[in-house]
Amino acid sequence: MAIISTSGLSRTFRTKQGEVHAVRGIDLTVRAGEILGFLGPNGAGKSTTLRMLSTLLPPTGGAATVCGHDLLRDPVAVRRKIGYVAQGGGVDPQETVRSELVTQGRLYGLPRPEATARAAALARDLDLTELLDRSTAALSGGQRRRLDLALGLTHRPALLFLDEPTTGLDPGSRAALWALVRRLRDDHGTTVVLTTHHLDEADALAERLVIIDGGAVAAEGSPAALKAEHGADTLQDAFLAITGRGPAPVDTTPVAVQ
Amino acid sequence: MLLHDTAVLFGRYARQTLRSPFQIFFGALTPLLYLFFFGPLLTGLPLGRAGDSWQVLVPGLLLQLGLFGASFAGFAVIMEKNWGVLERMRVTPVSRLALLLGRTLRDTVLFLFQAVLLVLAALLMGLRAPLPGILVGFGFVTLLTFSLASLSYVLALRLPSPQEFGPAINTLAMPAMLLSGLMLPMALAPGWLDVLSHFVPFRYLVDAVRDAYTGHYATATMLYGVLAAAGLTVLAVTVGTRTFRGAEA
Repeated sequence: MAIISTSGLSRTFRTKQGEVHAVRGIDLTVRAGEILGFLGPNGAGKSTTLRMLSTLLPPTGGAATVCGHDLLRDPVAVRRKIGYVAQGGGVDPQETVRSELVTQGRLYGLPRPEATARAAALARDLDLTELLDRSTAALSGGQRRRLDLALGLTHRPALLFLDEPTTGLDPGSRAALWALVRRLRDDHGTTVVLTTHHLDEADALAERLVIIDGGAVAAEGSPAALKAEHGADTLQDAFLAITGRGPAPVDTTPVAVQ
Repeated sequence: MLLHDTAVLFGRYARQTLRSPFQIFFGALTPLLYLFFFGPLLTGLPLGRAGDSWQVLVPGLLLQLGLFGASFAGFAVIMEKNWGVLERMRVTPVSRLALLLGRTLRDTVLFLFQAVLLVLAALLMGLRAPLPGILVGFGFVTLLTFSLASLSYVLALRLPSPQEFGPAINTLAMPAMLLSGLMLPMALAPGWLDVLSHFVPFRYLVDAVRDAYTGHYATATMLYGVLAAAGLTVLAVTVGTRTFRGAEA
């Protein structure tokens, strides 16, 4: 069953220099329970596509259905069913971990006792229990990323969007986050759509990859299928064959805690 | 939905404010300094209006508090935008109007509290005004701060950084203060300045509060003040809601 279905999804930005076609007519179907990765160089249109599918940015062309609801006609219904974790996160450094989680639950309409219980359960699942009363400003990059993920999961969404989820994390934290994503799908059947420009992440985590280049789908398939199709030993070689260039350099900048 | 969401967000921002006594009291400092060090200079001077100097100055200081305090409220939303908090909230089904109202109500309560502090200090300094007039003054402060905070958030969403927001607000607020006769009534101004000040809506508000402080409620000045405040409020809510609804805000 398709949880996302798009047809000619496009986004054009008007700038002083003229029109910029960030996404050019993407046709896509995502099955429920799938882990799908958008892979592409910086500026390829991955995040713009994700922002459109998560209702943050209205498409300028095409149509999409997300979790059974029309993206343009019923964005509120879409928002009730999706979770979204932005590349830079979305944590207020003036708050504690607990207050962020409880408020997030309340924003999804949970009564306070239920939001509080949900916060405790999420903290347990994501190894944040000891940190519940700590200021979010005092969290490490990995801890903060786990909190970002918890915030995106507060309402138990059927579909979770992760925008560059491991950017700036150390290898240990990256591996832990990959394990969490797999657990989400295996234990709860959550569909996960993520963007990445880390080829190792795409190879290890995604069951299916959509390679986006210049705002359009350049290739699609499982990592193994993409490698086989292009006679490549590694995903990097396949990526090079598809896009004609290498991936963006790995960003090792730690996540800024403000 | 709207009430629930507004209450949740108001609670969040109110708790943040309560954790910062500095923020609660510091905003009232400038008007209090004017009250203590500028107010006594006006005693006995002819100010071109009914009432004594305190009845002329204190309404101006009240609106100055609202004008400068609420105009800078947008700094908070720039920070939230940079932290990604606003985007996180916009992916939830929370009402877009509540995203605006939760903040502006917190601002309104904060500035109303500071206005009460200011009036209490003014009473100690010698202000004598009828209670209904004082309450009418608080009503105008409420509408002014609500409107200006909303408009400040709108501007903050359009500008990328605090470095641009601060000067922009100063550029707008300073002429508004000078041209609306907050410190001294525009009745003292030369004709051209008086005419110019009629294009600044805050003038109608401060004149109305000055009428209220002298016990005059059923006046044309009061009517103009109410109309200006209502117009500002409608404009602010309309523009604010549209901006917060905008998917790219």
